[in-house]
Amino acid sequence: MKPHRILALVIRHLYLYKRSIPRLMEVFYWPFLDLVVWGFITIYLTKFKGTLPSFIAFLLGAVILWDILFRSQQGLSVSFLEDMWARNLLNIFVSPISPVEYIFALMLVSIVKLLLASAVMILFAWLFYSFNIFLIGIALIPLIINLVIMGWAMGIVTMALILRLGQEAEVLAWAVAFLFQPVSAVFYPVSVLPPFLQTVAGFIPASHIFEGMRAVISGSGFPISELVWATSLNLTYLTGALIFFYWNFGVVRKKGLLAKVGE
Amino acid sequence: MQTNPVVEVKNLTKIFNSLKAVDNISFEMHPGEILGLLGPNGAGKTTTLQMLLALTIPTSGEIKIFGLDLEQNREKILHDVNFSSSYVAMPYSLTVMENLMVFARLYGVHNPQTRIAQLLNDFEAEDVKDKAVRSLSSGQITRVCLIKALLNDPKILFLDEPTASLDPDIADKTRRLLKKVKEEKGMSILYTSHNMREMEEMSDRIIFLDKGTIIAMGRPEEVQAHFKGESLEDVFLKIARRE
Ligand SMILES: Nc1ncnc2c1ncn2[C@@H]1O[C@H](COP(=O)(O)OP(=O)(O)OP(=O)(O)O)[C@@H](O)[C@H]1O
Ligand SMILES: [Mg+2]
Repeated sequence: MKPHRILALVIRHLYLYKRSIPRLMEVFYWPFLDLVVWGFITIYLTKFKGTLPSFIAFLLGAVILWDILFRSQQGLSVSFLEDMWARNLLNIFVSPISPVEYIFALMLVSIVKLLLASAVMILFAWLFYSFNIFLIGIALIPLIINLVIMGWAMGIVTMALILRLGQEAEVLAWAVAFLFQPVSAVFYPVSVLPPFLQTVAGFIPASHIFEGMRAVISGSGFPISELVWATSLNLTYLTGALIFFYWNFGVVRKKGLLAKVGE
Repeated sequence: MQTNPVVEVKNLTKIFNSLKAVDNISFEMHPGEILGLLGPNGAGKTTTLQMLLALTIPTSGEIKIFGLDLEQNREKILHDVNFSSSYVAMPYSLTVMENLMVFARLYGVHNPQTRIAQLLNDFEAEDVKDKAVRSLSSGQITRVCLIKALLNDPKILFLDEPTASLDPDIADKTRRLLKKVKEEKGMSILYTSHNMREMEEMSDRIIFLDKGTIIAMGRPEEVQAHFKGESLEDVFLKIARRE
């Protein structure tokens, strides 16, 4: 791994945001909207003191956290599509960069985007709601990190499929997260699922994360076991995703498709 | 030439499904040599270049660059070669300068600003430096891609139809410039083109590919004499039309 190569690609992707208003909106405007909604609901909820209608908080927490999962996956797959659309992949892969360096760079891009978005949220939380959200947010940080990692794993698999299948697989960049939504227990607890799907949900990191989120919001303590589950599953899947990508990269090089990706 | 070859290809074959795109070819390229790959559409030129750039894995055969096995030394080798073609582009919403800075960093170029300024000057492209790639003509993009390909001072330059979208004036200047770089730095160039006059003018040697096999190799005038053609174009037509 050569830092200068990774940095070069990070800068390449960040340049995209210099002049593009839609891309900037993606980074700043949506998190800002999330924050406003989250903030108002927090103000609303604090009025109830003991009798919290916690399901509303669950719902909004779910909306925001789901957005983080979705965005970290997109941070990878859409950046990859940007290179494909620009017919730039060939320029990149005739350079000494390795696939791992490439993926690592895109991960950093997604972190930068997420951090920028969080900075905006924290700033406005402080300005508008004098820190309330930040306090709730702290307990959610380990869960959020896990969401980001799950998003990466999905993003890497999506990239591998687009590389292999070409344009037809592009739609996955927007759809893949939603394939997992029913078993991710985003808006409802795992317990409402039929037994078979409960078993499936047990293997989806997101279901543990969203269960954990509900535990944090309802004040029933920090969900260590959910966190351990989510982290172990995530590390397994991330490793699996990288292996899948490498294997696919090899197949694509055998089929001579690397030069034709996206055509 | 008695120096060690920079590229050694032995019995290189690429089979796609059942199609032999490249069929058991062997050749060498020497330092400072310009080698032209020519042949009809589908002859296997692009496939050969892609195997030499480690983009495509050969079905069988051996590729050594700088005396090293390509697959095992990909990173090391790719650091000292580069590639351009009229079918690649660059991120459209970045300016020419931003793009070139990205690639300069990717190759770890020292003093990237100076290097880029010098190449922009060589290619008479200073006026597009702050323009978004989106707003350039295809010939201008081709030129910027050529600048990109020279950023790391490559020892070998692989070019796939580099002059295809250039106007005759710029194409001519580009050829001179590539020859100049070759003279000054001893760079080797392997390139493809469908422009036979360009082939004659540029190439120290040519390799004539047809249906994946080498049917002729040598100095342009040797190949021409071998096929009893009046020009390289004449030879090409004879072969393509099986006269
Ligand atoms: N990835 C691929 N999968 C299957 N067949 C391929 C692939 N790439 C090339 N081919 C086939 O291999 C043969 C050689 O193609 P190649 O692109 O190397 O030709 P070329 O000499 O560069 O032609 P042109 O002058 O048109 O650029 C063609 O028959 C082509 O259809
Ligand atoms: Mg070709």
